[in-house]
Amino acid sequence: MTSETTGTHATVREDTAPGADRPVVELRGAGKTYGTIRALHGVDLAVHPGRVSCVLGDNGAGKSTLIKIISGLHRHTEGEFLVDGAPVSFSSPREALDRGIAAVYQDLATVPLMPVWRNFFLGSELTKGTGPFRRLDIARMKRTADEELRTMGIVLDDLEQPVGTLSGGQRQCVAIARAVHFGARVLILDEPTAALGVKQSGVVLKYIAAARERGLGVIFITHNPHHAYMVGDHFSVLRLGTLELSAARSEITLDTLTHHMAGGAELTALKHELARVGGVDVDELPEDPEPSVQQPAASDPVEGKS
Amino acid sequence: MSRTEPAEPAVGAPPAAGPVGSGGRTRQRPPALRLLARPEVGVFLGALAVLVFFLIAAPSVRQGGSMATVLYQSSTIGIMALPVALLMIGGEFDLSAGVAVVTSALTASMLSYQLTVNVWTGVLVALLVSLGAGAFNGWMLVRTGLPSFLVTLGTFLILQGVNLAVTKLVTGNVATDDISDMDGFDQAKALFASSFGVGGVQVKITVVWWLVFAALATWVLLRTRYGNWVFAVGGDRESARAVGVPVTFTKVTLFMLVGFGAWFVGMHQLFSFNTVQSGEGVGQELIYIAAAVIGGCLLTGGHGSAVGPVFGAFMFGMVNQGIVYAGWNPDWFKAFLGVMLLGAVLVNLWVRRTAIRR
Repeated sequence: MTSETTGTHATVREDTAPGADRPVVELRGAGKTYGTIRALHGVDLAVHPGRVSCVLGDNGAGKSTLIKIISGLHRHTEGEFLVDGAPVSFSSPREALDRGIAAVYQDLATVPLMPVWRNFFLGSELTKGTGPFRRLDIARMKRTADEELRTMGIVLDDLEQPVGTLSGGQRQCVAIARAVHFGARVLILDEPTAALGVKQSGVVLKYIAAARERGLGVIFITHNPHHAYMVGDHFSVLRLGTLELSAARSEITLDTLTHHMAGGAELTALKHELARVGGVDVDELPEDPEPSVQQPAASDPVEGKS
Repeated sequence: MSRTEPAEPAVGAPPAAGPVGSGGRTRQRPPALRLLARPEVGVFLGALAVLVFFLIAAPSVRQGGSMATVLYQSSTIGIMALPVALLMIGGEFDLSAGVAVVTSALTASMLSYQLTVNVWTGVLVALLVSLGAGAFNGWMLVRTGLPSFLVTLGTFLILQGVNLAVTKLVTGNVATDDISDMDGFDQAKALFASSFGVGGVQVKITVVWWLVFAALATWVLLRTRYGNWVFAVGGDRESARAVGVPVTFTKVTLFMLVGFGAWFVGMHQLFSFNTVQSGEGVGQELIYIAAAVIGGCLLTGGHGSAVGPVFGAFMFGMVNQGIVYAGWNPDWFKAFLGVMLLGAVLVNLWVRRTAIRR
């Protein structure tokens, strides 16, 4: 938990290099039932090193459940969850962290009143000396934090400043850089741009790209298709707990993605209904850009919704 | 996050403060602002002002003996204000701290006297009782998730009642019996309640302990992992837990630290006065909390220092004795304290706002 974790990511990347095509994290038909409520069902997802997998979906689509399973907060109740090809079932976030899966939450990132470098090493502080004289190795922590932040492209002149004085985007980035430093191979970013302005979102997207360049697998959860399309390699759209769309970047356009995100087939159905009601000139409405991608067989949840 | 209001303005601040888009560079804050952001600066200036005021208003304060008395008075508050301050930085406070001092002294006194054993036995048992009471507070807090105000209000009332009832039951009196002729008393008195001469002035040993504990607390707070955890659990408990800080351990040990302080001050009272009044200690907990707050600790946690409460306790001791030396009615003391407390809180608020906002 202390010094030995330093620089773990370097060795981990060695390990994953030969099997770059093999997903680090894979879900096969995974699902989760809370009592009688089926929050997630039949979801396939593969996260490869050096790739960004975007998970999109409206509120209540099952995004949170999905990341809770992967980050170890909840266990899945159906299907398979594989890390490095072996089935796993985490009982705590610590277990997921030990396998290199780190979740960065919007509101659970940092302690605002503490200096940047203290935040960076919080919970995994570097120490020197032994017994009662064991103390923080402040020089080394500051140096390491600065190096790691610079690698991610964040340059701070004053690491003593409280994290609360940084902008929202920068804070998110400190949390990302910290996860990367402590050996994360897979980063789960839960709506990192949700509360940010346009400019700040750009900062975060840049660091997502930087994390990808470093060979990390990134799960980017968002409900903004434009943000997703800027950095994503693969897109999954969740609707009512099932996968509505799963497509690689080459198979999909931003329009199609936006269409699916905005309600997709549901909107088409609405258009037909409006045509029957009359009073709405259906021809004026935008054409449905029929997606040229395979829909998962099980998913036709749209009809079920009234 | 909503609790740490002073840190928030930056979120809404325009990104123009630095060319954020191009790599997130931030400006270095001016040295004066960075100095002001330190929690002990405001109280240091306040303590200096009070000292100068009484040096002018009460000429007898200028004598060495008076200063030793002021420091002694400050040390008995200051030794308890230190763990109370650490606990406050850790996001909690302890209303039972005042009566816990008396509980500890009563335990040591009555156990030694009734069983006719060496006083050191009583001293050790009292330490265990004090640490146990602290651990109980911390454990209750963590297990139930109740605010520390409620949990420690409960222990405050329990200890207050037990102090009186058990003392009456055992001794038939409201005070304990004199233990000054018992085995080990002189040794214990040397450790907890002796004095030594410096340049013809008798200084109480508690002043030395006070400064030693303050140095130790500062080192722990700023230079150890534990200190880092204290700031973290007080600043944002859930974030701390999410990055692997042992929140339960940190909170429980902070309460036990207050127990240790109560034990130490309790032993000092016992070995200075030979007997203990069972009804004392009520109201002292607020003095400790006030000293910590005047010392720049944020009541909601996450910000503060161990040096600040040293100056906070000194302000208390100085005003308390200064009023006497100036020949004023000592009834003014509490009013003075209230003004100081409000003043300190306002200064701290202003300082933090100025320093944290870029």
